[in-house]
Amino acid sequence: MQAKRVTFPRSLTPYLLLAPQLAITLVFFIWPAGQAVVSSLFAEDAFGLSRAFVGLANFAALLRDPTYLNAFQVTAVFSASVTVLAMVLALGLALAADRIGKRAGPYRVLLVWPYAVAPAVAGILWWFMFNPTIGILARALDAIGISWNHFLNGEQALTMVILAAAWKQVSYNFLFFLAGLQAIPASLMEAAALDGAGPVRRFRFVVWPLLAPTSFFLLVVNLTYAFFDTFGIIHATTGGGPGQATTILVYKVFRDGFGGLDLGGSAAQSVVLLAIVIALTAVQFRHIERRVQY
Amino acid sequence: MAGSGRLLSLLAHLALILGVVVMVLPVYLAFIASTHSGGDFLSGRVGLLPGSLFLENYRTALFTGSSTQGFPPVGPMLLNSFIMAMAIALGKIAISLLSAFAVCYFRFPLRQTAFWLIFITLMLPVEVRILPTFQVVADLSLLNSYGGLTLPLIASATATFLFRQVFMTIPDELTEAALIDGAGPLRFFWHVLLPLSRTNIAALFVILFIYGWNQYLWPLLVTTDTRYYTIVMGIQRLAAAAVEADPVWHLVMATAILAMLPPILVIALMQNLFVRGLTETEK
Repeated sequence: MQAKRVTFPRSLTPYLLLAPQLAITLVFFIWPAGQAVVSSLFAEDAFGLSRAFVGLANFAALLRDPTYLNAFQVTAVFSASVTVLAMVLALGLALAADRIGKRAGPYRVLLVWPYAVAPAVAGILWWFMFNPTIGILARALDAIGISWNHFLNGEQALTMVILAAAWKQVSYNFLFFLAGLQAIPASLMEAAALDGAGPVRRFRFVVWPLLAPTSFFLLVVNLTYAFFDTFGIIHATTGGGPGQATTILVYKVFRDGFGGLDLGGSAAQSVVLLAIVIALTAVQFRHIERRVQY
Repeated sequence: MAGSGRLLSLLAHLALILGVVVMVLPVYLAFIASTHSGGDFLSGRVGLLPGSLFLENYRTALFTGSSTQGFPPVGPMLLNSFIMAMAIALGKIAISLLSAFAVCYFRFPLRQTAFWLIFITLMLPVEVRILPTFQVVADLSLLNSYGGLTLPLIASATATFLFRQVFMTIPDELTEAALIDGAGPLRFFWHVLLPLSRTNIAALFVILFIYGWNQYLWPLLVTTDTRYYTIVMGIQRLAAAAVEADPVWHLVMATAILAMLPPILVIALMQNLFVRGLTETEK
C-alpha cells in the first residue's frame, strides 16, 4: 500500500489522526474477536466460575450436534435459493431495461428503492402477506387448493423467508447488472447482429462472457448478504421455527449465545462463521485484483 | 428483424412492469392494511382498497401506542433511529477521512500495521462476535445509551479505502503548494481535501445513513429500555403482539411504513448520489 509521493514532514499528527479509528477497531472489533477465538478453546460453566482448556473439543462437539448440522443444511438451501432467485430476477429485469435504453429511467426509479427497506421490515411485509388467516397470498394459495401455514409447515416457512430475502436484494443486483450491460460497447452487439446472431446467441456469446466479472462479484456479495444480513428477517418473523426449519447459522449463534448456556460451544460457532467471512472476503479481493489488471 | 425487435421491446416493457408490481405489492398491501381498523382483518373486509382510518391509525402508532398490548408509541423510536443513523453515518465519515488522510499524506513507522488493522474489520461483522462485543459494551456501561448504539459500529474499512482512493487521485502539486506556502497538514486537509471530496462524502453519506437506519441485531442486543428502541428493531416487538392476541395488524403495518419511509425518501430524493455511493463503496 503506497502513500502519496509528496508527504507532510514527520510528526505526531498521523498517530492522532488514526487514534479514533484504531481505538474503536481494537476495543470493539479485534479484542472481542480474539475473545471469541480464545473461549472457543475452553469449556466454561455458565456462571464463569471455572474454565478448562479443551483444545478443539468444542468444534468436535459442534460437528456431532445434529441441530448444528441441520443449521448448516438450512443455511446452504437458504443462501443458494436467495442468491439464485435474486440474481436471475435481477438479470432478467436488467436485460429488459437495457433493451429499452433511455426510456427505462422511470422503471429504474421504481425498482431500486427496496434496497432501503430493512431486512426485518421486508420480513414483516412478507409474513403479513402469507399470514394463514388474513394474508392475501395465503388466501390465494388456499383458493387453488394449497393449504398454507408457515407456523406449522417448515418448508413453507423457509420458502417465505427466502422470498422476503430475495425480494429485498433484487434491486441491488439490478443496478449492478444494468451498469454492467450498459458498459458493453454497442459496436460489439452490432457486429454480432450483422453476423446473423439472434438475441439468444448474442446473449450467450457476447453479453454473458462480458458480464461474468459482474456476476461473480454479485455472487459473493449475495452469499455474504444471505449468510449474515438476513438475521433480521428470521428473527422478526419465524424465530428460526417451526422446529429448526429456518434456523440459519447466524440465528443459531445468537440464540445459543444468549439463550443457551454453552459459552464455549457458542464461541466455536462464532469462529466457524469467522472462517466463512474470511473466505468470502479473500475470494472477493482476489477477484478485484484480477479485475484491476485488465 | 424490425418486427421481432418490436416484439422484444414489448416483452421488455411487460417484464419491467411485472417486476415493478412485485416490488411494490408488499408495500402497497402494508399501506392498505395500515388504513383499516383492527376488527376489519378478522371479518375479511381488508381488500385492495384503502380504508378510512389513515390519520387515526398513524396518530395512534406515532403518539399513543397501544397500552393493552404493551407496546410503546413509535414516535420516539423514529427519533432514536434518526439519531443512530446520523451518528453512524457522520461518525464513520469523520474517522475514515482522518485515517485515510493519515495513511496517504504521512510516512511513519507502523503505517502498514495501522492499515492492516483497519482492513481486518471488514472480516468481523457484528454477527461473528456477538457475545464478546456485548460483554465489552456492558463492561463500559454503554448498554441503553446512544454511545452503545453507535460507537461499536463506526469503524469503517470500506469508507477508509474509498477516501484513500479519492485522495490518491488528487494531484501532488496541491500538496507541494501547501508545503511551500507553509500551510500545515490540518489546514491542507480542511481547505483543500475536504472541498475536493465533497461529492464522495455526500454519496457515502446516503449509503451509510441507510446502513445505520436499518441496523437490527445490534440495537436488539444493547437496548432493553424502551426509551432507546429504534423503530426497525421495535417493530418486531409489535409483530409478536399481533400474533399473540388482539388484531393490531393495522398498527404493525403503520409502523412498518413509518420505518421504511425515511430511507426510501433518501434514495428517491438523492437517486444519483445513491447509485454513485453504492457502486463506489461495494468494490
